[in-house]
Amino acid sequence: MSDTQSQSVAFVRDTVLPPSAPPPGETGVVKWVRANLFSGILNSVMTILAIYIVYRLAAGVFPWIANGDWTSDNIRACREVIQDSGGGCFAVISQRWQQLLFGFQYPSDQYWRPTVAFILLLVAAAPVLFSHLPRALLVFTAVYPFLAFWLIWGGSLLVPVATALGFVVGYLVFKRVEKISFAAGAGAAVLAAVVSWWVFGFVTGVMSNFLALEPVASRDMGGFMLNMILGTICVSLSLPIGILLALGRQSHLPIIKWICVVFIEFVRGVPLITLLFVANVVLAYFFPPGTALDLILRVIIMITLFSSAYIAEVIRGALSALPTGQYEAADSLGLDYAQATRLIIMPQALKISIPGIVNVAVGLFKDTTLVSVISMFDLVGMIRGPILSSTDWAGVYWELWAFAALLFFVVCYGISQYSQWLERKLRTDHR
Amino acid sequence: MTTLSDPAQGSFNLSMLINDTRYRSYTFQALALILLIFAASMLLSNLFANLAAQGLNISYDFLWAPAGYDINQRPIEYDSQSSNMRASVVGAINTLIVAFLACVSATIIGVIAGVLRLSDNWIIARLMSLYVEAFRNVPVLIWIIVIFTITTSALPQPSAFRGDEPTASMLFGSFAFTNRGVFTPAPVFAAGGWAVVGVFLISIAGVFWWRARVKKVLYDTGKILPTFFPSLGILIIPTLIAYFVLGSPITLEYPELKGFNFKGGLNIRGSLIALWFALAIYTGAFIAENVRAGILAVSKGQTEAAAALGMRPGRIMNLVVLPQALRVIIPPLISQYLNITKNSSLAIAVGYMDLTGTLGGITLNQTGRAIECVLLLMLFYLTFSLSIAAIMNVYNNSMKLKER
Repeated sequence: MSDTQSQSVAFVRDTVLPPSAPPPGETGVVKWVRANLFSGILNSVMTILAIYIVYRLAAGVFPWIANGDWTSDNIRACREVIQDSGGGCFAVISQRWQQLLFGFQYPSDQYWRPTVAFILLLVAAAPVLFSHLPRALLVFTAVYPFLAFWLIWGGSLLVPVATALGFVVGYLVFKRVEKISFAAGAGAAVLAAVVSWWVFGFVTGVMSNFLALEPVASRDMGGFMLNMILGTICVSLSLPIGILLALGRQSHLPIIKWICVVFIEFVRGVPLITLLFVANVVLAYFFPPGTALDLILRVIIMITLFSSAYIAEVIRGALSALPTGQYEAADSLGLDYAQATRLIIMPQALKISIPGIVNVAVGLFKDTTLVSVISMFDLVGMIRGPILSSTDWAGVYWELWAFAALLFFVVCYGISQYSQWLERKLRTDHR
Repeated sequence: MTTLSDPAQGSFNLSMLINDTRYRSYTFQALALILLIFAASMLLSNLFANLAAQGLNISYDFLWAPAGYDINQRPIEYDSQSSNMRASVVGAINTLIVAFLACVSATIIGVIAGVLRLSDNWIIARLMSLYVEAFRNVPVLIWIIVIFTITTSALPQPSAFRGDEPTASMLFGSFAFTNRGVFTPAPVFAAGGWAVVGVFLISIAGVFWWRARVKKVLYDTGKILPTFFPSLGILIIPTLIAYFVLGSPITLEYPELKGFNFKGGLNIRGSLIALWFALAIYTGAFIAENVRAGILAVSKGQTEAAAALGMRPGRIMNLVVLPQALRVIIPPLISQYLNITKNSSLAIAVGYMDLTGTLGGITLNQTGRAIECVLLLMLFYLTFSLSIAAIMNVYNNSMKLKER
């Protein structure tokens, strides 16, 4: 031992070795694949299985789209074109896309009207969805419902203008009377609006041809347009009703509370389809004899009631999630119920309930397809009815259903992505 | 303090009904009640006026009249001479059948997909996200119709099974997938067959008893008794003994091709399959999200703390993570079950004879008793939903964190 120590050092390294590269199994793609795909026996089996599934999906779908035929006139011509290549008869979509979008009764020279209404919908929705856009655009959002009604249903421009004016009159009256009390303001506003609509009714009755578009009856609406109309109208209408129901259910006044509880639980307990049956066959009995509401309006009423119950539950959850301190703070500032609700409670509650409301909205939009069951020709109704039963296209299932699924997927996925983005943006709790 | 904030005790005058917070609530409630009564009476008077104008009345006599139509799936005795009431009961049972099947399958699919979506395996996690997003964002009605189309258009006709070189063949010689539904072997009960079933049910109770005992022993003495193999034994052995002692009283009847269709065995119709699978896969996507949220809601510290106590991974999952995750998962799971039951009313789109198809469909159209039929229909779903909700409230209260 002492011998070895007495030896002089034979070699001393005086330069630092360059670091050697990590073993090939520990870097880059190989490491990623090993860590993420083949980290154990079970994982490897699952990976191989998954790759096989993906391969089967791709092997089925790719030739179907790549060899698809977009130009034939009917299914027989299409079958001759595609032969055994496994392609799809997408020609049905290019032949019938107008029917799929607008239904089969909407006058075809007027297709530009719903199209314009749809594009304007995006413009109108933009300032609501993205808060960094100029607030002045909200004026257009307020105008939009009346404009869209005029575009889609046609008739004289005066009708929607008079309706809008009624709202304006109501708002102005509300602003004047609000100082007395909120309830008095609201009552006076409703009264003023009703009176002004009654007065304007004489004007529009006389000048029914002023700036008139060709009127289109509600029963002529169809296709994806009908889904969009039902979805948009019912969600927008059910928001205010849902807020009122939620407030009513949280209220201290037992009678109002129980009215709201019974309504909400009843509507949530029955399937939408029974409510559509009500709209279809029962609702007409409850209106004064002689009134003929058309089916689409009755359906809108029932779907709105349906979704407002669900939205009420979402908002109720948000209301009870708010810390009690918020209510107490509002009280100690001397705000009355209406002020506290409008200025303190609702802004916070609505913020919390955005994801829930969006879920309800997406669900509702999907549920608008149920109207095909009561023989309305929405997108699903169009495909099942006029298109699949026509001699030209009987038997072209997959292409049509894929198209319908894709349309719904794009809209619903878009909305849910937006809600997640908004949730991240509104998160103020610095986690 | 209280004496200071108390208002002066004055005599009551009418303006206090509006301006005094003590009385204002009564004013509002009275107003709401009056409005409600007014609206209800107006609707009802409209209803009676309309009914009188059309010469109709509200009557449930039609329920006892012969239905006059056939139902293709009959869990209980029924023919076209049976009453409308019986047709509705058949429909209600069919609703419960498809709802039960879909709930079980949706839970299995949802739990698997939810767990796999959290997997470290990149491709599996992506595939599951694809599944969840694709099915959540497309209406369930479209899925029902698509699967119905597969069962009726893509599967072979029964005649394809015939001949020396059939184009289709039966799976394991006992399952036939045709466009007239799936034919599977059916159990046939001879004398004593039900006794075997009874023994099996008692065995299930025995398994629960054993598990309770294991828990009690664990808490009392700290000894861990085995659970899995004794449970399996209790479940299987008595039933097998009873089966052979009674001389095989349960046999299987296999479907056979006779004439134009299969005869014998159990025929699961395409409409049932479409409804069942579509509801299961669609709702499974939602349940997957609930399961994922539930597992993510258990903080990592819980797992680490349990590991620090020296628990093994299996026990960590069973004793620490799952009980906490279940508290988050179960309430939305129950509401998904309710959704399945309500969505099963879409059966009418594919001709499955559930309650909506019988009472709300054919009976309504044949008798024209719209109000009565729709009312009964709603009552059924409402009763079902509310009773499930009541059970769920009891469960939630028992699972709630006991906080001080």
